[in-house]
Amino acid sequence: MKALDKPLLLEIYRKMVAVRTFEETAAELFLKGQLPGFLHCYIGEEAVAAGVCAHLTPQDMITSTHRGHGHAVAKGARLDMMMAELFAKETGYCHGKGGSMHIADLDLGILGANGIVGAGVPIATGAGLALKMKGSDRVTVAFFGDGGSNTGAFYEGVNLAAVWDLPVVFLCENNQYAESTPRATHQKVKYVSDRAAAFNIPGETLDGMDVFEVYQKTGEAIGRARAGGGPTLLEARTYRFMGHFVGDPQPYRTKEEVEEWKKRDPIVLFRQRVIGEGKIGATELDAIDAAIKKEMEAAVQFARESPEPEVEAALQDIFTE
Amino acid sequence: MRKITYREGVVEALREEMRRDERVFLLGEDIAEFGGSYKTTQGLLQEFGKERVRNTPISEAAIVGAALGSALLGMRPVAELMYIDFAGIAMDQIVNQTAKVKYMFGGKAKVPLVIRTQGGTGRSSAAQHAQSLEAWFVHVPGLKVVQPSTAYDVKGLLKASIRDDNPVFFIEHKLLYTTTSEIPDEDYIIPLGKADVKREGSDVTIVATSRMVHLSLAAADRLAAEGIQCEVVDPRTLSPLDEETILTSVGKTNKLVVVCEATPQCSFASEVAAVVAEKGFDLLDAPIQRVTSMHTPTPFAPKLEKFVTPSEEKIIAAVKKVVG
Repeated sequence: MKALDKPLLLEIYRKMVAVRTFEETAAELFLKGQLPGFLHCYIGEEAVAAGVCAHLTPQDMITSTHRGHGHAVAKGARLDMMMAELFAKETGYCHGKGGSMHIADLDLGILGANGIVGAGVPIATGAGLALKMKGSDRVTVAFFGDGGSNTGAFYEGVNLAAVWDLPVVFLCENNQYAESTPRATHQKVKYVSDRAAAFNIPGETLDGMDVFEVYQKTGEAIGRARAGGGPTLLEARTYRFMGHFVGDPQPYRTKEEVEEWKKRDPIVLFRQRVIGEGKIGATELDAIDAAIKKEMEAAVQFARESPEPEVEAALQDIFTE
Repeated sequence: MRKITYREGVVEALREEMRRDERVFLLGEDIAEFGGSYKTTQGLLQEFGKERVRNTPISEAAIVGAALGSALLGMRPVAELMYIDFAGIAMDQIVNQTAKVKYMFGGKAKVPLVIRTQGGTGRSSAAQHAQSLEAWFVHVPGLKVVQPSTAYDVKGLLKASIRDDNPVFFIEHKLLYTTTSEIPDEDYIIPLGKADVKREGSDVTIVATSRMVHLSLAAADRLAAEGIQCEVVDPRTLSPLDEETILTSVGKTNKLVVVCEATPQCSFASEVAAVVAEKGFDLLDAPIQRVTSMHTPTPFAPKLEKFVTPSEEKIIAAVKKVVG
């Protein structure tokens, strides 16, 4: 595992801020009615994507979810092409044919966000199978939520990876709610990671608001997978600060609960720690914030000014010719 | 030339493509030591080993999902679903994932993947093991759907499907595995999207799929004895459909009977009838007739199963109605 030296810490921070800024910007544009479709924001969960992807190269694979912007940014996706996709423009990642829930970049190992809860899990298993059959030390990480951990696809996908010892890390982002349904009413297990025992693979729960812990614990699982040690089921305990979708009135939870979790904002926790330990100064971190803000403004401008797809595009790319 | 069975056609196609391209591998339930429930992978484990002939748990969603994930990374999986009836378990992976990733991702993904399965009545397999569900898949953009009727066709079409860079849903028929064809000694493939005129005739066009091709040919023999000449067209690939061959035939005969084993509502037979009604209405001298199973679940009792499914007699009756 790479040491958490200053360049890596700065990179992790930059990614968390980029995700946060992207999501805040997208939510604002959405509420102004400037983006079609609907939008699921990742704000609050940034430490998970940033901590995991710090271990991955573009040759490693991820599968993602309907709440996928954070995974894509952390895996290296461009903010301008992502924003253009949200604007349904020709220059977007999917040329305006996928939208928020289908952003993918196969060259970066992003096998797609996914509109179907749990569906990425068996696909990650298949990607892990291909990596193993090719004889590489590359790995796949499947992101999914506590809601996804109740689907048949989850059980089938994890079980298959387990019996075939595939290099896949199953990373459950337990953000406490399956859409509006609190976890205590949708699953009986205390920890999602308890379910690892059902597959006879390692399982562990970690603090998803603490990027240092995410980095350490996911690094161990990813390292094990690279070394041929098979899959792991990890559960990152986290929280989405916004609703299930932008505009969600959230009658299912209290403001107090949200405020309580916000005290453990992963970006704030990170700043407190690195500044407190004297590793990085506040000005250096502020400079990253400012640079991301600028990059984001340029991304929005790029998206706005980009052309819409031609109608003919609707009939293309159904098949490979 | 040599004679092979439909089952041997499947095995030979798999073996030849696995020899030709090391990215081709198989996954499915009971396909390794057991050789497949219908023995369509027999001997392949011995030649290619367990890395490339992969027995899976009974997990249809994971079989298709894993095939998709590996295809996105450049492998060329051939997944087997033991019965088409089990596709329901995998429907999200087939319909929402496999069929759509290329389009949703703006064209970047390549999905060279075959899902092999078998369907159909005739063995008292009852309501959950004898369906003809091809229309479910024909309905979905992004899937190619193939339904071969002969040993010659199954081999050539399966090889073409494996070489195709798109998802192909490949439907065999449980009663056809022991049927035989003459095949050439040399390598051949049958391009997808090309229908085959299985019998030429001037009076009526019969478009038939899968086992219904054989019933239609038998019916055509009996009708010929009465002076009615049927042309039997086998689309072979249901999607994309070779409309031209069908319309050309109807242009010659001016009458159409469509024969499919599935239940009638929104069936492939309905689709063929709709295409000809839209694009060839002026060619028709009589209303189109469909011969399908009755709109019931498949019953267990042999007598009942036979009653609800198409027969030579039902085809003959439909032909006589249109030549009236």
